Amino acid sequence: MTAADLLTVSPLIALTLTAVVVMLAAAFRRSHALALRLTLGGLAATFGTLFVAASRDARAVTLLVSMDAYTLFFIGLLTATTALVAILSYQYLAQLPVQPEEYYVLLLTATLGGVTLVASTHFAAFFLGLEILSVSLYALIAYTARRAAAVEAAVKYLVLAGATSAFLIFGMALVYAETGTMTAAGMRDVVAGLHPGAVVTIIGLVMLLVGVGFKLALVPFHMWTPDVYEGAPAPVTTYVATVSKGAVFALLLRFLLPVSADQGSAVFLALAAVAAASMLAGNLLALRQDNVKRMLAYSSIAHLGYLVVAFLAAGERAGAAVAFYLVAYLTTTVTAFGVVTVLSTADRDADHLLDYRGLGARRPVTAAVFTVALLSLAGLPLTIGFIGKFLIVTAGSGAALWTLVVLLVVTSAVGLYYYTRVIVAMYVRAPEGAQAGRTAPGARAATGAPAVFTLVALTAFLLATGVYPQPLLRLAEHAVSVLPWP
Amino acid sequence: MILLWYVLIPTVAAPLAWLAGRRSPAAARWVALAGTAAPLALVAAQWIAATDRLSAAFTAAGPGAAGLAAGSWVVDLRAPWIDSLGISFFVAADGLTLIMLLLTFGLGLLSVLCSWRGITTRVGAFHFMLLWTVAGLAGVFLALDLFLFYFFFEMMLIPMYFLIAVWGHERRVYSAVKFFIFTQVSGLLMLVAIVALVLIHGRATGVYTFDFTQLLGTPLPAGTAFVLMLGFFAAFAVKLPAWPLHTWLPDAHTDAPTAGSVLLAGVLIKIGAYGMLRFMAPLFPDAVAAFRTWALALGAIGIIYGAVLAYAQSDMKRLVAYTSVSHMGFVLIGVFAWNELALQGVVLQLVCHALSTGALFILVGGLQDRIHTRDMARMGGLWRVAPRMGGTAMFFAMAALGLPGLGNFVAEFLILVGVWQVSRWAAVLGAVGLVFATVYALWMMQRAFQGEETHRLSFPDLTRIEVGMFASMIVALVLLGFWPQPLIVTARQTVDGLQRMTAGTALVAPGADASTSTDGASGGPAVTDGAADTGSAPATGDGGAP
Repeated sequence: MTAADLLTVSPLIALTLTAVVVMLAAAFRRSHALALRLTLGGLAATFGTLFVAASRDARAVTLLVSMDAYTLFFIGLLTATTALVAILSYQYLAQLPVQPEEYYVLLLTATLGGVTLVASTHFAAFFLGLEILSVSLYALIAYTARRAAAVEAAVKYLVLAGATSAFLIFGMALVYAETGTMTAAGMRDVVAGLHPGAVVTIIGLVMLLVGVGFKLALVPFHMWTPDVYEGAPAPVTTYVATVSKGAVFALLLRFLLPVSADQGSAVFLALAAVAAASMLAGNLLALRQDNVKRMLAYSSIAHLGYLVVAFLAAGERAGAAVAFYLVAYLTTTVTAFGVVTVLSTADRDADHLLDYRGLGARRPVTAAVFTVALLSLAGLPLTIGFIGKFLIVTAGSGAALWTLVVLLVVTSAVGLYYYTRVIVAMYVRAPEGAQAGRTAPGARAATGAPAVFTLVALTAFLLATGVYPQPLLRLAEHAVSVLPWP
Repeated sequence: MILLWYVLIPTVAAPLAWLAGRRSPAAARWVALAGTAAPLALVAAQWIAATDRLSAAFTAAGPGAAGLAAGSWVVDLRAPWIDSLGISFFVAADGLTLIMLLLTFGLGLLSVLCSWRGITTRVGAFHFMLLWTVAGLAGVFLALDLFLFYFFFEMMLIPMYFLIAVWGHERRVYSAVKFFIFTQVSGLLMLVAIVALVLIHGRATGVYTFDFTQLLGTPLPAGTAFVLMLGFFAAFAVKLPAWPLHTWLPDAHTDAPTAGSVLLAGVLIKIGAYGMLRFMAPLFPDAVAAFRTWALALGAIGIIYGAVLAYAQSDMKRLVAYTSVSHMGFVLIGVFAWNELALQGVVLQLVCHALSTGALFILVGGLQDRIHTRDMARMGGLWRVAPRMGGTAMFFAMAALGLPGLGNFVAEFLILVGVWQVSRWAAVLGAVGLVFATVYALWMMQRAFQGEETHRLSFPDLTRIEVGMFASMIVALVLLGFWPQPLIVTARQTVDGLQRMTAGTALVAPGADASTSTDGASGGPAVTDGAADTGSAPATGDGGAP
């Protein structure tokens, strides 16, 4: 490792240091506000070092990580999202009977894991990053340990994620045993050398996909999602839905990109089936949910299905679509869950549809933010989600994946129904009696001014990018241009 | 730049109206009034200024891209938007655009006026949604970039959804969601077709662009063209709506607030016809020709079906909604007949239907505000209570049934004559539909305004605002009935251009060309100068003047 290497990996170092500093600070002086400030400062510093790293040539630092434009793009996305989650968490944690400082440490280590994932070019870094992320998440999900649902969710996640790690590491071992490679660059030869007789390699790849599919909550590995989303504290749910999934998807694109080149291969067909099943199941199961967190969980399954369609489309255009859509999905999801977080009280999260009845009259700003977020999730114009969906349709059509594209179109129309249900609940006068016996959390929850301000700023971003996506699109194109496109 | 103002003024006025609404409802109304009146004045001014251009004989050597029906574009504006995908902010206006814009802002103004008393809750938000819808509609009629078109096409759904869901009547949520999902699904199918077309064009030429003028004449295998055409047709047939995709319309129209119904019936469903004229047929002329028989059948069924169902309604608003299905059937057969007479008839029908049906919706809305029902069984003999209202209803009922002397008659007559040259039976069925129209219109008058005064209702007659609104619409319809020439002249270059763009394809049958000479005005110069566009144009087709 040279000094130049150190400068290049400065984002990773900055993030690690931040976690350490926040932990030490908590040891000396317990202060929630201080922990948040240090966290935000550290994340800002990490974001700043991206520019240092970007000014240098892209390089592989050891075999494990590569600091190229792709990595930097996603580190930027993940740190920014983490910062947003941290801000949104503050008010939420302040009203709970927990010690909040360690929460930020866990948040930072989880992000460190995510950042390692997006930078990794080697199975070792891949596994390391995934474990750092997962272990932090176990603790985060159970952070409100007095709520039984949170503990249940954490245990469920722990057991399943543990099993998945086993799958993953076994898959890596099989691929390595057959082909002798553990690097992302080597995957091209692995995939190119696939033939129906290479059973062990195929099994290894499929096991890798199972591991990744679990993290991304793709059907049929999605069972944990609704329960964990519902049980985890709202800001943690936000994190699981955004940073964790974004990091893993970025990794998927880097490692398994060559899979998409051959539309006839078994792995390709398996992924296509997974995408189709995710879009169908996610959207159809969301239809009948009265719990907003569960509804968003199923909708996130569908969104990851859309992303897989873009992933399968192969080519630089499709890669840019993936990167753009990830930004769209992450920012929109943070906004949507941010609203849930802001409305939650010390007693419980604002997760029932009834909690949103009449929100338009009670808290017009929050309701407007949620409306924009839902419209963006539904992919309607003027929002970033629309541009994202358009890019995916373009990418899918470009690769002639007609079945998947038409399925995407039809299922996302189904999605309109459940998104509009929430909007209707917020704005339409409630029929008599529906409100009976129900407290409205939004009315009592303290309005965290920074949180609301953050949400409004995010909404402005969603709209601005929806109207003028060119800068972000250019950035995404630049980021994916370093991948080894066929 | 003037084109940008048409979108910008309502867009900017919308949040202003919302803010004003926090102070006082009246302020929001005035802002909304200004936000629709100002662009209306602008369009009117531009229309008058462009009269000479529009009435000039068609010249192919005019400005504009060679791929366009050059010369018919009054003004255009192009700015880069999303370069890396070949998307630009490309708007342009020709005669047809100006007509549609006049309709948009005119009916926008009327819907502000007709909500003056009726809307009392969340007035600011209501006018925000209204203005936003108007902005989206204006954008749809201006866009020549297919992505931009789709953008506006979808954008105005959101405010319209809110208009129905929040301020609507009994089953407002159900109707709003149904409307939203129908339109969205079909719109997405169109999006896929657009993207596929762009990609095919890009592979053939190396230029990836959503610019409609460049996409024209993309060589397509017949099968592909047919599938892509179906994608467009799905979107426009739902909007129009064509039977059997019309089921959202009666619900949405019935449950929407009056202003929403007026905009829906007056402008929103016209996008279906506009899109077919502007985009679908020029892009896929042969596929449209191959689909002609089916579309004519759908249109003819729609005419009869809509009329029969209108007759069967007891809800007055629902009755008016079903008449739209019937009238839009005429538009559908007119578009697919695709000769000059039929197309001129279609344009006229769009305007006249907007006026007559818009007026009927305002009338029913006013009636509902007064007697709190739309059920005709609970009316009867209303003429005696409110003679001005009765007379107005009579007039617009006559317009709806196509009484000679009013614009609707001219429009439907032109369509039927045009369709006759392409398909006799479709024209016959259409004419039968006119008989049904007489039945439902008179039946409505009979049940609501004539007969026994069984319920002893008493309510105030038309207010001064209402009288003003109806008077302007009556004058317009009578003018169009006796002197439709200004409208025909305005649309003529567009219609000519469309004919020329599709000349030489199966859509413009050589025999059908005889119609141009009966119109007299523009048949002459058409023969020689078709060379500007698709390339295959000058060979055949145009020389049909007898």
